[in-house]
Amino acid sequence: MKQLLSFIKKEFAHVLRDRKTLLILFGLPIVQIIIFGFALTNEVKNAKIIVMDEAKDIASQEIISKVSASNYFEIEKSILSQQQIEESFKKGIIKMVLVFPSGFNNDLMHMQKAQVQVIADASDPNTANTLTNYLSAIIMDYQQMLNKGTSLPYRITTETRMLYNPQLKGVQNFVPGLMALVLMLVCVMMTAISIVKEKELGTMEILLVSPLKPIIVILSKVIPYLVLSVVNGVIILLLSVFLLGLPIRGSIPLLLLESVLFIITSLSLGLLISMATETQQAAMLVSVMGMLLPTMLFSGFMFPIENMPLLLQVISNVVPAKWYYIIVKSIMIKGLGFSSIWKESIILGIMTLVLTVASLKKFKIRLA
Amino acid sequence: METPVIKTDKLTKRFGAFVAANEITFEVYPGEIFGFLGANGAGKTTAMRMLCGLSKPSSGTATVAGFDIYKQPGKIKANIGYMSQKFSLYEDLTVLENIRFFAGIYGLTNKQIKEKSEKLIQQLGLQKETKKLVGSLPLGWKQKLSFSVAVLHHPAIVFLDEPTGGVDPVTRRQFWDLIYDASETGVTVFVTTHYMDEAEYCNRISIMVDGNIKALDTPIKLKEQFKATSMDEVFYQLARSATRKAD
Amino acid sequence: MNSVTLQNITKTYNKGTILAVDKVSFEVNNGTLFGLIGPDGAGKTSIFRILSTLLLPEKGEATVDGYDVVKDYKSIRKNIGYMPGRFSLYQDLTVEENLHFFATLFGATLRQNYDMIKDIYVQIEPFKKRRAGKLSGGMKQKLALCCALIHKPSILFLDEPTTGVDPVSRREFWEMLKKLKAQGITIVVSTPYMDEATLCDTIALIQSGKILSVNEPDKIIKAYPGNLYAVKSGKMYQLLKDLREYDQTFSCFAFGEYLHLSFKNDTPASAQEVLNYLKQKGYTDIELNPVTPGIEDCFIRLLKQ
Repeated sequence: MKQLLSFIKKEFAHVLRDRKTLLILFGLPIVQIIIFGFALTNEVKNAKIIVMDEAKDIASQEIISKVSASNYFEIEKSILSQQQIEESFKKGIIKMVLVFPSGFNNDLMHMQKAQVQVIADASDPNTANTLTNYLSAIIMDYQQMLNKGTSLPYRITTETRMLYNPQLKGVQNFVPGLMALVLMLVCVMMTAISIVKEKELGTMEILLVSPLKPIIVILSKVIPYLVLSVVNGVIILLLSVFLLGLPIRGSIPLLLLESVLFIITSLSLGLLISMATETQQAAMLVSVMGMLLPTMLFSGFMFPIENMPLLLQVISNVVPAKWYYIIVKSIMIKGLGFSSIWKESIILGIMTLVLTVASLKKFKIRLA
Repeated sequence: METPVIKTDKLTKRFGAFVAANEITFEVYPGEIFGFLGANGAGKTTAMRMLCGLSKPSSGTATVAGFDIYKQPGKIKANIGYMSQKFSLYEDLTVLENIRFFAGIYGLTNKQIKEKSEKLIQQLGLQKETKKLVGSLPLGWKQKLSFSVAVLHHPAIVFLDEPTGGVDPVTRRQFWDLIYDASETGVTVFVTTHYMDEAEYCNRISIMVDGNIKALDTPIKLKEQFKATSMDEVFYQLARSATRKAD
Repeated sequence: MNSVTLQNITKTYNKGTILAVDKVSFEVNNGTLFGLIGPDGAGKTSIFRILSTLLLPEKGEATVDGYDVVKDYKSIRKNIGYMPGRFSLYQDLTVEENLHFFATLFGATLRQNYDMIKDIYVQIEPFKKRRAGKLSGGMKQKLALCCALIHKPSILFLDEPTTGVDPVSRREFWEMLKKLKAQGITIVVSTPYMDEATLCDTIALIQSGKILSVNEPDKIIKAYPGNLYAVKSGKMYQLLKDLREYDQTFSCFAFGEYLHLSFKNDTPASAQEVLNYLKQKGYTDIELNPVTPGIEDCFIRLLKQ
């Protein structure tokens, strides 16, 4: 026991004295959150839109005032000719034109259906899509206000309203993914590097030629990074809640527990990598290429898995981050409890067990 | 008196408050084998780096091969050879590839490269090994090849940083044969070593202690001065008075 | 009793293409200072790693303190002190922290075994709060030695502890080893420096994985065949070349101030004959005297055979 404590103390000393690495470990997620949260949103704001109101009646005016009130759109006040409108589209100044035909309200009231034309600059389909959605949402809103429960005569672009995220906020999607990424990064890469460093420097030899049991080496390498990851994870959560305004709808203890499970999975992966590589550079490369990249691609965080070809979907099942991401989303955003995520938890648990056992078995008691 | 190949005047290097090399003043003449000795931490490496144009001095002046070390470090590098224990050749290139590569770096023409590499290979007896990877050669051969490559472009002066560390006694002496040969063709040799018997092979020696040059003369005169029978004893007497033991 | 025994130990690398250790056998007696002397690549580190149970030999047997290096490695690992090459310590931990860590590793404390390392430790004690990476080569050596001794091992394996360190620090280090030996520890050291050989009780000369000779230093010197002469003149390099061309020369090598010369057929007249030869070549200031061979001379001689 004394050995273990002494070893852990040494490991903490190494970690804390390596200022540069600490900076990266903690700075990276913070910077990422700030960048993603504020600067790079896939929200669109203040898109210039032209309204051609040929109806000039109550309905159109109401819809227009709603559009104007939203901070997604900025209505271009000046009156432009057809040609000028085309020019503005070409130059990308205007993103959208909303056209109300004359007799809009009349049609609505008497025939219970009316049309609105939306012309969107689809050279950037994502933006066009987003803006169209925003607009549809506003129109639907007005519609609902108008009709109480009756079927809607308007021809509306059918767009799935994002559950739990009607305004298509990026943040909700992003934070769980960031958690998975950062925890994986810290645990896999740093653990691997820490062990390989001892091999490179030659201190591993001395450790082996001592009564020290290999399990103690492993535990003490792993515990500081376990602690660091938990701290890092908590920081990310705190920043998300207080800086980005993202609420945690589910049980926080459950979230932390699942996170610890995922951390242990990542630590085992780090151990395995350290057994297979001889230099710190190699360890870093394998961690980034072999772990980080698949995590980013296959966890579902950046690209929806459902849209991938079947083969890649199958592959994604092997990536632990995928299961963790689902778990975090369920708890954080959907506010679900263990009963909904027990399957994913078990899968993650089995992965952890297998990896941990494998890494323990592979630990070499000799140099070759 | 010939123009010195190295001439320094109060050359100093400071790292913050720590003075690594303090007002080093000496001259080295063409064709000399000059031994640069000192304990670890005495300031040898710092001084050598300044002379090779790798490190800028804090104060003092120096010229190497006629070039000023502040204003013309590039010209210095083009006119010197350098070999250290840590790096010499690329282990994953063949003997021939290494020779060609370094010759190219030093600006030799293709014709020169061809001539010189053939000559070198003959001189070292490596005719059968030209296509072998340097990494597969025994250490002694690597060292010899390294040295030959360092003087391939016939520089005015070649700097050798502990070139014979860890090498077996026979190879060590063969290496010194090469140094003698080079010296006879007019190349000045500036060498550091921990083998005191090698200090005897030099024309003149300087010994650095705590950043200062505490002795500078021929081996014979130094032994007279310190009433010692070997360079080992001279070194021992000087180093014992050193205070900078922990840095 | 023998602390360490090796019998026909063979070690290869790279799927058998590199023969690092070739049927090496020798023994180390209890309480002696044993030196494994040889240049880089001779096989010293491989032998040390086999003895400290870090590598398995392809062939042969070895024991340390009576335990087999393959089967009883756990017992060996509990009891030996080991310092691999280039003093591997934790650069970013202080002197104190390093010592404390290694002590705990073996279930010992600094206080318990202070006497063991006192002589050495007092030299680095003023720097105990300094990070190991910031110590000079000589200081690192001393710290490494303390860390290897802290648990009072019965045998100490030191792999090239003086490599890259200046002659004065080297000498001091060997003084420390002698004092340790006086406390009853068996010490096995490897070094490429031939002049350190005479400081050992017994030495094994090794080159290219093969043992050239195992004996006490002065016995090896006595075994030098024939006479050895030291020669000197004003023009040393020219003298070297001329002597090598002389048909009676068996070997001629530079040894600092002098050349060491040995003859093919050593007769009482050999000395005079070579002097005549040199006079003919125009030398006027030849100094020639018989000299006792050193370990390096013996090493070179053994290499030639």
